[in-house]
Amino acid sequence: MALPTPSQTVGPFFHIGLRSDGWRELVALDSPDAIRLEGVVVDGEGEIVDDALIEIWQANRAGRYAHPEDAREEVAFEDGFSGFGRCETDAEGSYRFVTVKPGPVPAPGGRMQAPHIEVSVLARGLLKRLATRIYFPDEGEANAADPVLSALDPELRGTLLAREDGGALRFDIRLQGDGETVFFDV
Amino acid sequence: MTDQLTSGGVLGYRRESTDPPYLHPDYVSTRTRAPKRPLVPLAHTLSEVTGPAFGDQPVGELDHDLTRQHEGEPLGERMILHGRVLDGDRRPVRRTLVELWQANAAGRYRHHVDRHPAPLDPNFSGAGRCLTDDEGRYRFVTVKPGAYPWRNSANAWRANHIHLSLYGPAFATRLVTQVFFPGDPLFFQDPIFNSVPDPRHRELLICRFDLEHTVPEWALAYEFDVILRGRDGTPFED
Repeated sequence: MALPTPSQTVGPFFHIGLRSDGWRELVALDSPDAIRLEGVVVDGEGEIVDDALIEIWQANRAGRYAHPEDAREEVAFEDGFSGFGRCETDAEGSYRFVTVKPGPVPAPGGRMQAPHIEVSVLARGLLKRLATRIYFPDEGEANAADPVLSALDPELRGTLLAREDGGALRFDIRLQGDGETVFFDV
Repeated sequence: MTDQLTSGGVLGYRRESTDPPYLHPDYVSTRTRAPKRPLVPLAHTLSEVTGPAFGDQPVGELDHDLTRQHEGEPLGERMILHGRVLDGDRRPVRRTLVELWQANAAGRYRHHVDRHPAPLDPNFSGAGRCLTDDEGRYRFVTVKPGAYPWRNSANAWRANHIHLSLYGPAFATRLVTQVFFPGDPLFFQDPIFNSVPDPRHRELLICRFDLEHTVPEWALAYEFDVILRGRDGTPFED
C-alpha cells in the first residue's frame, strides 16, 4: 500500500487551469425537465466567496450514473448525459448550473437514497475540497427515508435542502458559522 | 462486484489520509473558510464510488505542452514534469484527466487577480492538461515557475510550485495538489506546504530531479507520482 498524495489548496488562480466552459450546462436549458441550480457561497464572516469552484456529480433522471460501476441494466442509460458539472463563483459569489433532477439511487442494505447531487467546493483557503449533498424540496417522503439525511441532527438537515426560488432551485453554501452547511467526510 | 452494486452495497475507498486539516491558522485564508463543525462521516454509496470519466474527452495534441501554445517560446528554464497516477495499491489509474496550472518563470500568473509586478510572458498561458496512458503515465512540457510574494504575512513568498488537479475513478478520489521542487529555500516559511501535519508526508509533495529523462541540450526532467486513495478490500457492511 502507498500513502496518498496530500491535498493542497486550489488557490486564487485556478481559473486559468480548471476551465468550466461547456461544463456549467449538463443539459440544454430548453430540454425537457431542465432545472436551473444556483446558489451563493459565503464565508464565516458573511462575506461572499468570489473565488470558489463548485463541482457537481449526479445520476441521470432515471437514477443511473454514467460510470462503469453502475451496471444496473434495468435503469436507463442516457447518451450524452455525463452527470458532471463545474462552475466558478462570480463577483457576487454565485454559481449557476443547468441540469436535471436525478432519480433515486441505491443505498447499502437494499434501501434507496433520495434524489441528490454530490457537491465539491474548492477555493483559496480550503486546503482540501469540501464535500456536501444537495437534496430536493419536493421529495419529502424520500428525504425522510434517506439513510444519509435521516441520520443527521434534524436542525442540520435543512442546510442540505435546496429551495424553490423564482423558477430556479437555490442551494447556498455557508462554509463556516451560523447556518454552516453540513459537510461530509468522504 | 456487479452483484454487490445491484443490491446497493459497494466497495468503499480507504480513509488513510495525509491531508492537511481545514483550519491551519498560519494560512490566514483558512480562518474564515474552514468549517467549525466536524465533518459528518459518510459511508460510501454508489454516489461516492462513481465519478466523472474523462477518458473519451478530446484532449488536444499540444494541450500537455505549455511551451508550444503561442507564436514563440516562453522565457525560462524549460522542464518536463512527468510521472504516474497510481492508486493506493500502486496500480495505474488509466485514462484519467490531469490538469495543470502555474505561474510563469517570473512568478506571475496570467490571471486578473495576480498583481505581482513581475512581467507577463506573451508566450505563456500557464495551463495544460492530458490524459494518463494505459500505464497511468502523464507528461507535461513547461518552464519552471518562479517564486512569488503573497499577502499572507509580512514578506511572505510562495515556494515554487505547480498546481495539479485529478479526478481518478470516483467522486471519493478527487484530488487537487501542488508539486514543489527539491531543496527550495522557501519551504520553511510557506504555510500551505507546511499545512501537511507530518513532515514526512510533505516530502510526498516534492518532485524528484530525473537525470534519466532529462533531454540533453533541451530540458530538465522532474518526476512526480500522484497517489490517489486506495480501495477497501472487502465489501462495505451496512
